[in-house]
Amino acid sequence: MANEEILHLSSFDDESLNAAFAALEQRARADAAALDGPESMEAFRLRWTGRKQGRLNDVSGWLKAAPPQAKKSVGERFKSLKDLVEGLLDAAASSGPTDAAPAAEAIDITLPGTQRLVGAEHPITKTLHEIVSVFAALGYSVGVGPEVETDYYNFESMNFPPGHPARDTQDTLVIANQEKRSLRDRLLLRTHTSPVQMRTMERQPPPVRIVIPGKVHRNDAADATHSPIFHQVEGLCVDTNITFSDLKGTLDHAMKALFGSAVKTRFFPSFFPFTEPSADVQISCIFCGGKGCRKCKQSGWIELLGCGMVDPAVFAFAAEKQPAYDPRKISGFAFGMGVERIAMMKYGISEIGQFYAGDMRFLGQFV
Amino acid sequence: MKILTKWLRAYLPELAADDAQLAEDLTLRGIAVEGVYDLGAGKGSLYEMDITTNRVDAMNHYGVAREAAAIYGLTLAPLSYPLPDARSAGQAFSVRIEDEAGCGRFTARVLRGITIGESRDWFPGAEVATYFSLLEQKKISNAVDASNFAWLAMGQPTHAFDLDKIEGGIVVRRARKGEKLKTLDGVERALDPEDLVVADHAKPLGLAGVMGGWDSMITPETKNVLVEAAWFDPMIVRRTARRHGLHTDASHRFERGADFNAAPVASALVSSILLANGGWIEGDLVDVRVASAEARIVHRPAIALALSEVQRILGKTTAPEGITASTVESVLPALGCTLAHQRGTEPAASGKNPTWLVSLPTWRLDLEREIDLIEEIARVYGYNGFANTLPAFGEGVRALPWAESESALRRTMQAAGFHEAIGSTFCSAADAALTAPQPGQVVPLGNPLSDEAGVLRPSLLPGMLSMIAGNLHRDVADVRLFEFGTVFSGTVEKVEERPSLAFGAVGAIPVQSALHPPRMIDFHDLKGVVEQLLSRFQVEAIYFDRFPAEAGLTPAWLHPYRAARIAVDGTTVGWFGQLHPREAAARKLKQSVLLGEIALDRLYRLPLRKPSAPEISRFQPVRRDFSLVLNDSTPWEQIDRAIAALQMPELVDWRAREVFRDPKLGSREYSLLLGVTFQAPDRTLREEELQAFQAGVIEAVGSAGGRLRT
Repeated sequence: MANEEILHLSSFDDESLNAAFAALEQRARADAAALDGPESMEAFRLRWTGRKQGRLNDVSGWLKAAPPQAKKSVGERFKSLKDLVEGLLDAAASSGPTDAAPAAEAIDITLPGTQRLVGAEHPITKTLHEIVSVFAALGYSVGVGPEVETDYYNFESMNFPPGHPARDTQDTLVIANQEKRSLRDRLLLRTHTSPVQMRTMERQPPPVRIVIPGKVHRNDAADATHSPIFHQVEGLCVDTNITFSDLKGTLDHAMKALFGSAVKTRFFPSFFPFTEPSADVQISCIFCGGKGCRKCKQSGWIELLGCGMVDPAVFAFAAEKQPAYDPRKISGFAFGMGVERIAMMKYGISEIGQFYAGDMRFLGQFV
Repeated sequence: MKILTKWLRAYLPELAADDAQLAEDLTLRGIAVEGVYDLGAGKGSLYEMDITTNRVDAMNHYGVAREAAAIYGLTLAPLSYPLPDARSAGQAFSVRIEDEAGCGRFTARVLRGITIGESRDWFPGAEVATYFSLLEQKKISNAVDASNFAWLAMGQPTHAFDLDKIEGGIVVRRARKGEKLKTLDGVERALDPEDLVVADHAKPLGLAGVMGGWDSMITPETKNVLVEAAWFDPMIVRRTARRHGLHTDASHRFERGADFNAAPVASALVSSILLANGGWIEGDLVDVRVASAEARIVHRPAIALALSEVQRILGKTTAPEGITASTVESVLPALGCTLAHQRGTEPAASGKNPTWLVSLPTWRLDLEREIDLIEEIARVYGYNGFANTLPAFGEGVRALPWAESESALRRTMQAAGFHEAIGSTFCSAADAALTAPQPGQVVPLGNPLSDEAGVLRPSLLPGMLSMIAGNLHRDVADVRLFEFGTVFSGTVEKVEERPSLAFGAVGAIPVQSALHPPRMIDFHDLKGVVEQLLSRFQVEAIYFDRFPAEAGLTPAWLHPYRAARIAVDGTTVGWFGQLHPREAAARKLKQSVLLGEIALDRLYRLPLRKPSAPEISRFQPVRRDFSLVLNDSTPWEQIDRAIAALQMPELVDWRAREVFRDPKLGSREYSLLLGVTFQAPDRTLREEELQAFQAGVIEAVGSAGGRLRT
């Protein structure tokens, strides 16, 4: 590129300046329009703004050469040329090698994206965690206990009378060869998470606020809603002055936290050996809002958990190791819920067996 | 259980609530009405009830009516069945209770000149035909129906004998060795000496409280009847019924405790129904009571109930006044309790905490303690009348000690593309033997669900394998699963439980792309996952060991040449690798299955690695690649260790970038491209330094058995 024509400006009158700068601007635009990639852009940059040989550098020489009365006029025109070149450079840099980019680089952006498989938490684990965190916010710690329990913790200390049907092998899975052992030492698969209540109370004096998530087993034939393996979350709160209205308030709050603030609860009498008074809790149907639908059998209510005030007989068992569990001085409530049932409701699952089949298609939905 | 509202209303003439309202009110007080069916104009409704087993007293029409009376504060019509005068008997019918532990009361009434026929509506309070028709209860004969009617009305079992089949009189006793009895179901039963029987002077007539006998039953020819209404001991009836595999209405009631005082009333009801079809009573009601039983059951000591205790347990109500003395004094008497004030706590003694002495009704054997009465007050008051309050915070919240570790591992597995699964707690003895980390420590079940589920799982792998196989059988070819679960070992005396993590993988990665060819997951993919899992913990050293196949140290489920032991700081924490081809074939798995298991109890002993952020050097890193030729007997680990031994601070990273076989090399040689990075925290590295570093690396590689490819 010959720069002589720019280097020598014979006259500094407006006409000459206008013509010279117009020619430069035109050339800058033409150069910019011809850009077709990073290399040509770099050449453009060097040609115009290079420190030693750049045209702007050359043109800046005019400023020195100009007579004093023309300096201002040259300066203004130089400034405007410089802005133009920088503007063209910016535009070229931001638009990249657009127009002239080779068509050969075209791709089909409508093809599906390459997805990496991300693993899902099991819906039961997810639900367990949700329940536990609701109670953690209410001041409950987490406790666990063994899945193989003794008759004492699973039944006797939970105030199940001798000969209670639940103690039968028709209902409970037992470890082999227990017949010769004393009844309270016999090993079985815990049928509920309640034994952890007793284990917790034996370990620590009141106050207790604990939630117990865990796997439990019963000798049940599998069908759409029953499984010999399932999960529960148990809760226990013991302190001075814990009342039935505290139980109501706690579970009402927990159900709203789990299912939405519009959910209503209602309590009605039930029977469990380890609580008295005992209650079943229903929530207003989360599908129809209580108007009645197929899911709630038109009742507007769904039964969700069992609860009650801890039976003084249970405290009496705990007091054998922790005398502070004196039922005249402390009181408490306990509650338990089936995790599968809640997960089935939340996710619209109709077969309980799906939870234990390890089917990738089922599990993948919970990512 | 089915209840007719028409029948209920006969006992509650003032009841204003309609059937739907009554059902709702009963349900909210624990007398659950599961279904309400309209029977048509004038016939009322049929309730399908679900009453908890502790409320056996309410499993009949009068019992439900009593609850309704308590709820609405209504008067309950008394059960009263006046009988015609008896003709005198020459001698009272003989009844003897030989087994006083088994039978607390036995009443017998002799009816003569009876006509066995079809049931009708006999008199107000005995609308047998109408009620049975609405209940779809089959009518059999006036004698059998009378007994069933009394059962449905008041829940008291009764029995009618053909009097002429009874020799001498009645003896309630245990069966004698070798005695036999044909029961009403037609079954000939060998009696156990523990069985409680109602016998005559020659033979057993029936299983007491369970089922009558065939030979003394009412037939169309029966002319003279003996009506039995009794009270039998719950435990003895339960054992007798259980021994014979019987569960009858009568045994259900007696097992849970019948009303000691209901026998004469039920007897009168049955007798009056029979007599409505002709006949007469002979002699007075024979009523034999065992004094000790009567004292124990009828005259139970009164329970002290303090208002303060009621309030301490129940708390606040939505109504501001809460549970008051007047609540207690209206609820408990309505349920049949009698209240007396304990001395010094009479209402006049103001400022005192009222305390009552509560005498209990004979039909509520479930009421024994103060808390039972508190429950009754809450129940009849209505649970939903209590306020929703929250207890004060007690103490700080503690998570499980391993919660954070478990969550870090779970997130790592998910990020690696594995779905969490939950498998069976049980497995077959064969699978247990294959996968148990300690042989001979497998715990069998006494009553397994099936042979395939005969033992407690000693490992999560049997479940993992079965879930993998399940996917493949359903044509899901790409499987990535993990499970957190408990594994069991020990003996039938003592079972140990440990937390474990298993993972399994089959098929291709990535799962979905039109542009990149799928690649099958391989051993090293799984090893990468294991490394990432372990990298979450603060560890000194992680090794992956292999053992010669013949050493017998590799678990039997693993491919002997594609398996690794995971050792962390000298402790074995698990194994992983490819499923042994023998096991794959046995399970009809054609695909190569990768799987592993980590003993979490061992991993959880380690602290989680705390992230730290050392300053990143501002100076340019320098990367160099070395193309090496190695003998097959030189694994990467050897090169790796030799370079690590240099302990060169500027050598910040080195890795095997590519491994390949080249036909130009010897048959037992392979090529490895080693990439190293040099970087200093405080300066740009000079060319002379780099030369020296490179020479050091080349020397180390050489000492480990590698040479530079030229």
